[in-house]
Amino acid sequence: MVITDVLFYIFAAILLLSGLRVITAKNPVHAALFLVLAFFNASCLWMLLGAEFLSLTLILVYVGAVMVLFLFVVMMLDVDLETMRRGFWKNFPLALSLGVVVLVEMLLVLFKSPIAPTMLNADAPTSISNSNTLGWVLYTQYSYPVELASMILLLGLVVAVALTLRKSDKAAKYQNISKQVAVDSKTRFSLVKMNAEVEEEGVES
Amino acid sequence: MIGMTHYLVLSAILFALSVMGIFLNRKNIIVVLMSIELMLLAVNFNFVTFSSFLHSIDGQIFVFFTLTVAAAEAAIGLAILIILFRNLRSINVQDMNQLKE
Repeated sequence: MVITDVLFYIFAAILLLSGLRVITAKNPVHAALFLVLAFFNASCLWMLLGAEFLSLTLILVYVGAVMVLFLFVVMMLDVDLETMRRGFWKNFPLALSLGVVVLVEMLLVLFKSPIAPTMLNADAPTSISNSNTLGWVLYTQYSYPVELASMILLLGLVVAVALTLRKSDKAAKYQNISKQVAVDSKTRFSLVKMNAEVEEEGVES
Repeated sequence: MIGMTHYLVLSAILFALSVMGIFLNRKNIIVVLMSIELMLLAVNFNFVTFSSFLHSIDGQIFVFFTLTVAAAEAAIGLAILIILFRNLRSINVQDMNQLKE
């Protein structure tokens, strides 16, 4: 047994256990922290698969940003833990049967029609690092999708601010849309009658 | 020897777990959102697995974009959650029926 096989089983076991704790934890803070653990182990497994760049991105983006956001929201909202747990055991049989059905279906697909791994490009260069390869492809072939992705991130930023801004906040600047639509030429533009200005000579000197 | 099937089975189990999580935590939309994140992780796992075993970088490119969209989705989802809590004082999924009435 190679060391990577042992590592796979360790990481996979922790990943599944923490995934289980995410969905069963009483306290949402614990659920968020177990989700961090799950993401961390997933990132270790991706490292084993040779996807170094994505595994580090997973830690940076998820553990560093998204999960902190989750924890922030969980701690900020004052929710009653008892009412949240109600219906957990009532829904349990349905959830378990559904989960088993989903799992069995996917495993049947996996084992009844095994995917033959055909090498797409078997002569993959091993001298170039994973992030180098990813960068080459990302900024040449996929440069337009990268720009679209950046626009999506900008959209997320703007929408998150726009949604959570309170109308009563004095510093908030809002458009009054009905006022904006109701404008006509008279309110926007007016002609003023006045005498022509004649520049007097000799004044400036 | 760990093959492609091991990783695919792992991600299938993870996906089934997160499906269960959505049904179990119907009172708590935060955990539902976390289950969705876990589900996205399982799907990304499949992409990375195929990309690694088929020696094609395109799967990892797709995961990159999925991560971007998932980050934006989490930010907007939590923003919606905050304004929902501000208006309803609850994060119960069953309380969100204003459109029905």
